[in-house]
Amino acid sequence: MLAMLAGLKNPIMNGLLLGGLYGIVGIGMSMIFGIVRVVNLAHGDLVILAAYLSFVTLSIFKVSPLLSLVLVIPAMFLIGFIIQYYLVNRVLGKDMNPPLLVAFGLSIILQNLLLLIFTPDARALVTNLSIATLRIGNFVNIPVVYLVDFIVSLATIFLLSRFFTKTYLGKAIRAASDDEGAAELMGINAKRIYAWAMAIAGGTAAIAGVLVGMTFTFYPHTGPDYLIIAFGVVIIGGLGSLLGTFLGGLILGLAQILGAHFLGPGFQLISGYVILLVVLAFKPTGLFSKG
Amino acid sequence: MANSILRVEQIDVHYGDFHALWDVSLVVEEAQVVSIIGANGAGKSTLLNTIAGVKKPSHGTVQFKGNRINGIPPYQAVVEGISMVPEGRRVFPRLTVLENLEIGSYTTKARKRKKEALKKIYELFPVLEERKDQLSITLSGGEQQMLAIGRALMSWPQLILLDEISLGLAPVVIKQIYQKIKQINAEGITALLVEQDIKRSLKAAHKVYIMQSGRISLEGRPESLSQEEIRKAYFGLSDLNVKSEAERDV
Repeated sequence: MLAMLAGLKNPIMNGLLLGGLYGIVGIGMSMIFGIVRVVNLAHGDLVILAAYLSFVTLSIFKVSPLLSLVLVIPAMFLIGFIIQYYLVNRVLGKDMNPPLLVAFGLSIILQNLLLLIFTPDARALVTNLSIATLRIGNFVNIPVVYLVDFIVSLATIFLLSRFFTKTYLGKAIRAASDDEGAAELMGINAKRIYAWAMAIAGGTAAIAGVLVGMTFTFYPHTGPDYLIIAFGVVIIGGLGSLLGTFLGGLILGLAQILGAHFLGPGFQLISGYVILLVVLAFKPTGLFSKG
Repeated sequence: MANSILRVEQIDVHYGDFHALWDVSLVVEEAQVVSIIGANGAGKSTLLNTIAGVKKPSHGTVQFKGNRINGIPPYQAVVEGISMVPEGRRVFPRLTVLENLEIGSYTTKARKRKKEALKKIYELFPVLEERKDQLSITLSGGEQQMLAIGRALMSWPQLILLDEISLGLAPVVIKQIYQKIKQINAEGITALLVEQDIKRSLKAAHKVYIMQSGRISLEGRPESLSQEEIRKAYFGLSDLNVKSEAERDV
């Protein structure tokens, strides 16, 4: 029994760390769903776009992928703002379908644009972190890149939650998501606020993209894989809190790695989705949603 | 003539095919309290929403301090100096009381005087200071109404629009809130309020407008209007043209 538990140390640790990465992948989508009430089907592609932007940056400046964020975050911020202000805002209304279709179209365009520019070859953001392993005690081996993913994700979520509670813009975003009409009566231009929210979601996609690129290889068509992960995180964690989304990520990561540990690597993805179905069946609003 | 701060001239407002306001004109003098009364669906809220920029008139003009403001969005109207307490209070439920007030001072101009405004509002409604860190959804109805009024005052408005502020509140609370409106008005803030409660409105206002089926049916100083006149204007007993389409409150 004790030996079995000891054997679980590694998968549990890896699952949690991978979950941190999933959390940051899902956070942007959760934000937009909660604030603008749009399912951003292009979120995964934005993550991959950010990975490619980092790839280009690294081919010009030979720096660490994490340092490329200095350029990639502002670029994705701008892209997010433009997407919302000039595309999605035009079709916002009572009907949820037009924004969904716009996001779907954007997803297809992004994938094919990336295919055109970068060819279908596999890419990765090369860093010496990728091969390093941290050994704690006798049993636990942690891939350093997973640890970096986790710490960066946690730090991002901490900063985001500070932003939402401490700044005027953050409070205005929350107010507009509570009651758009009342927010406008207070002097808030809701459409502009939504564009800021998408810009911030773009910024989180930038961080997610760089971390994903450091950890795994990516192709122009990898976006939808991360969209599904983001969906999973949002469904498990529920809307309403940043921390909930992060915990949703941890649960999904843990489920995948433990599934792979017990049932074999082929079961990694499906065990994550089984947890997803269980949550949908018993608490469809998500485990950590408020109300 | 005293200075008129708000001048609504012959406006028509539509909701799709529904003609909600017909040739409505209204003048509000500076630093006065003006009431609009009328039954459900008479068009009172539509009129307030049009002044606040939520609805756009299809015909006619809205002038504020001499400037034409119809067609500007509500978030611009706030910058101009018009603040609205919407029907049903509509405080931000997932924000704390203090955060709700802070959102009230969102405009650049108001932000600079946030502390001063907060102090004044806490003096006016001490209960808001006691509960400043609570989520606004945990407040009682009366407290939420005070928060909605306080939030509207945070932008330093010159004209405050109050839509059905007594709705669903206990009489003792209503009385208290109307006393506060008097205090606010004493500071020089013009108030335009919409009410269903005739008695309360007549008592509070310098001037009343009575609406019926999307039209102004009577206007004047409360003391100059007879009960008979008011009843007719309110219920439209002598008016055979009352359309059933106007029964709905939109």
